[in-house]
Amino acid sequence: MSIYTEPIRQTPAPTARPTVRVKPVMPEHHYLNSPKGIMSWIYTVDHKRIGLMYFFAIMMFFTIGGIFALLLRTELLHPERDFMTARTYNQFFTLHGAIMVFLFIIPSIPAALGNFVLPLMIGAKDVAFPKLNLASWYVYVVGSLFAVFSIVTGGVETGWTFYTPYSTTTNGSVISMTLGVFILGFSSIFTGINFIVTVHKLRAPGMTFFKMPLMVWALYATAIIQVLATPVLGITMVLLILERALGIGIFDPAMGGDPVLYQHFFWFYSHPAVYIMILPGMGIISELISAMSHKKIFGYTPIAYSSLGIALISFLVWGHHMFTSGQSELSATIFSFLTFLVGIPSGIKVFNWMATLYKGSISFAAPMLYTLTFMFTFTIGGLTGIFLGALSVDIHLHDTYFVVAHFHYVMMGGTVMAFLGGIHYWWPKIWGRMYDEFWAKIACAFVFVGFNMTFFTQFILGSKGMPRRYYSYLDQYQPLHGFSSIGSYILGLGFVVMAVYLIHSIRNGKIAGKNPWGALTLEWTISSPPPTHNFDETPKLIYGAYDYDRVMTDGENITFKDVTTVSNGDDHNGNGHNGNGSKRAKIEN
Amino acid sequence: MNPNGTLFMPPQASTSAADVDGLFYFIYYASILFFLLVVGVSGYFAYVYRRQGAPKFTSGIAHNVQLEFTWTVIPTMLVFLVFVWGFGSYLNNSVAPKDALQIKVTGQKWFWAFDYPGGSNSVDTLVVPAGKPVQLTMSSTDVIHSFYVPDFRMKQDVVPNRYSLLWFEAPNEGVYTLFCTEYCGAVTDTTEATWKADGQAKSANKFKQKGHFNMGGVVKVVSTRQYEAFLESSNKMGEGISLEVYGEQLYNSKQCATCHSVNGSAGNGPTWKGIYGRQEKISDGTSVKADDNYIRESILEPGAKVVAGYQNIMPTYQGQLKDKQIDAIIAYMKTIK
Ligand code: HEC
Ligand code: HEM
Ligand SMILES: [Cu+2]
Ligand SMILES: [Cu+2]
Repeated sequence: MSIYTEPIRQTPAPTARPTVRVKPVMPEHHYLNSPKGIMSWIYTVDHKRIGLMYFFAIMMFFTIGGIFALLLRTELLHPERDFMTARTYNQFFTLHGAIMVFLFIIPSIPAALGNFVLPLMIGAKDVAFPKLNLASWYVYVVGSLFAVFSIVTGGVETGWTFYTPYSTTTNGSVISMTLGVFILGFSSIFTGINFIVTVHKLRAPGMTFFKMPLMVWALYATAIIQVLATPVLGITMVLLILERALGIGIFDPAMGGDPVLYQHFFWFYSHPAVYIMILPGMGIISELISAMSHKKIFGYTPIAYSSLGIALISFLVWGHHMFTSGQSELSATIFSFLTFLVGIPSGIKVFNWMATLYKGSISFAAPMLYTLTFMFTFTIGGLTGIFLGALSVDIHLHDTYFVVAHFHYVMMGGTVMAFLGGIHYWWPKIWGRMYDEFWAKIACAFVFVGFNMTFFTQFILGSKGMPRRYYSYLDQYQPLHGFSSIGSYILGLGFVVMAVYLIHSIRNGKIAGKNPWGALTLEWTISSPPPTHNFDETPKLIYGAYDYDRVMTDGENITFKDVTTVSNGDDHNGNGHNGNGSKRAKIEN
Repeated sequence: MNPNGTLFMPPQASTSAADVDGLFYFIYYASILFFLLVVGVSGYFAYVYRRQGAPKFTSGIAHNVQLEFTWTVIPTMLVFLVFVWGFGSYLNNSVAPKDALQIKVTGQKWFWAFDYPGGSNSVDTLVVPAGKPVQLTMSSTDVIHSFYVPDFRMKQDVVPNRYSLLWFEAPNEGVYTLFCTEYCGAVTDTTEATWKADGQAKSANKFKQKGHFNMGGVVKVVSTRQYEAFLESSNKMGEGISLEVYGEQLYNSKQCATCHSVNGSAGNGPTWKGIYGRQEKISDGTSVKADDNYIRESILEPGAKVVAGYQNIMPTYQGQLKDKQIDAIIAYMKTIK
């Protein structure tokens, strides 16, 4: 299977002929400045602007969730009370968890970055339903307002899992929080539907499914889960609200209901949801590892299929969250078995990324540093999942800090690292400017060290028996808790540095040009920031997304291994430079 | 059995702990191997193939059937082994031997009550004989809790309106920490909290805050002789002492002290200072005199009349306090002026 089309002329190749470098300038018109005015943002249907609006919203919630996390870690410095009560602690970890999961990580890659890059990567003008896309953003905002409302009106202290009967009997603003989650679900479903249709209908001519960049495959698989699983969450939340408000008794043992049923419903959504969180991250890593090492991705087909495989099996493993809940031995066994099955595709992906590095030309710019960090932390996250899938070991580890460490290694060490890598990678495309590479390296080092200090200790805490959601603890756990808290401050510092240089770069960064990384996917063939309508003419596939063995480009000039230089010459930004004697390649498809 | 624990694992104190640790460390070493493989090889490639000099075309290698086959099949076989092992030890632990000693466990916000054969009971301290299988029949009176003894590698959720079973055998005498591992809330209180448990049975009035985080206790594994002596003595509780003194003991041992003070200071529940005969305002606006019947009802059915200004958080003591014990508590209350 070849994912590129042949260029027309097979003349003997000038190897790596130096091309004329032009100093990049900012295009005069691009999606950020045309049309102008606040109304043009409020009513925008441009996927790039919506992606950016999502980006601001989720970063705001990431900051709030992060502040809660640091407050929690500060309280945990000592077993004694440092500054908050047990009840406040419970509210804070609930808000931290709920904000990070529902308001940050689920929309993070698909709705923010995905919205921006998906149409660009497949050569489309926009998503299939631009208005639905805008609606999904507003629905997100409304949902998040409910969540914020519940914070200001007394808080919630049920844990982000809202287990019954605790959640139906405790006081606090549980209803507005769960209503918020219910509403947020619709925003997720809208994005999912939009992406599925976009991928099916709007690919550029010549881009078959197996020529799509792997990021697109990952977003596609994610969208399937979003559309199929989220309704179950919605129904569960409605049942919970009815139970609380009207006492209908489905989950209430006093009325013959079953509190454990709630857990089944909840995890039927929330396990697939962890793949809503991680699959797009895997997609980003597939792009970055290839682009930053200028090397054809190893095992395109297995990576593409494993995304779909994960999406399907992920619906059948929810019971691994309930090994100690008293479910039957038979179901525990089946869930354990399927859990191991779903782990294998993830392992295959890691091996493929590793093999991609072989014989590459590897750059250590910020996106690659985050990719390598991802390989390190996600591998730990994945391997520790095996401990939790093994029945007898999970009985010991369930609901201890081992689990807290595991999911932070997967969600933060996996998804968030990939997200950060993606931000640094697409930043020049989004804003047209580069951030400061030196500070980017410093921040990445802080994040790496801080993250591992914070969360690796928690594996030991957990396997030694420290339960999670504890406001205070036995003295014997203090040294590890203290170390973990100090790590979290280093981690926080890394994020502060990152925020500073990224914001600074929006106005002051070096102008990036079309393709600062020399990457081959379609979004790098247009100006940065992209024009409002993305592509001035229907994009032509003259090479595949990963053809680093035969194509080199800086966005202006293209060098083929065995033909002359061609120009990628749409000159809408007025600075296009035609390589001399260039031949325009055309599609042969 | 390892009584000291290892880097990752606490001491082993039940017959199944060694097997769980064996599997844990098997996965652990296999994981280290895979981790070093992934990080080592990636790091090596990243260094050897770092970008140097002018940009160049790179190799087009994108497949290698043998390699891809190997890295699919070997991990699959390994995880299958882990599955079978984990499943095997899980099944071994799921069926209790026929001669297991039966103890009833009740989880309640935020303490554990244990009922032994023969009618004696204890709170937050489970006493069991060494070297004998023990089966716990557990249930909750409010929300879900989970019974967890790290040194036994045992955990089981405790659910309202349902019995869940857990069995273990602890070969050696000793004192082992017990935790609740299903989140079950906390009471609001602004007083200073310190929680220090030193492996000893903790006395309730040390805590000003109560919640999931200190819904714990200990499992005391003792010799058979000591166990029998314990059953005797807890059956004889209250014998040979006055009713008032017995009532005071119950006030501490049954956790009333967590919420009720005797010196007039505010807590999560009304103070017991001067309680007997006091005129109480009830949340529905009526008022009632705190006589024997009212107090009895307050203990067995706390939700029936909720004192104005307080939340309905007091757990019921139905089935946990015998008539004589309630009488003792009332006798004690009369003494608190
Ligand atoms: C978790 C906290 C908590 C614990 C433990 C607790 N109580 Fe209470 N108790 C309360 C609260 C709150 C009230 C007031 C609300 C109500 O009437 O239900 C109360 C009310 C009472 C009353 C009525 C008091 C009055 O002033 O009218 C009595 C009697 C009582 N409790 C006895 C006990 C006894 C006996 C125990 C121990 C065996 C106990 N409580 C343990 C929280 C607690
Ligand atoms: C700054 C880095 C972070 C720190 C220091 C941190 C710390 C914590 C702490 C202390 C807890 C409470 C543990 C407990 O009491 O059980 C927690 C829980 C949790 N965290 Fe984080 N966290 C961080 C980042 C994240 C991120 C990025 C995510 C997800 C994207 C996340 C998701 C969660 C979830 C889901 C919970 C569980 C909440 C619950 O048990 O209800 N955290 N975290
Ligand atoms: Cu899961
Ligand atoms: Cu509990």
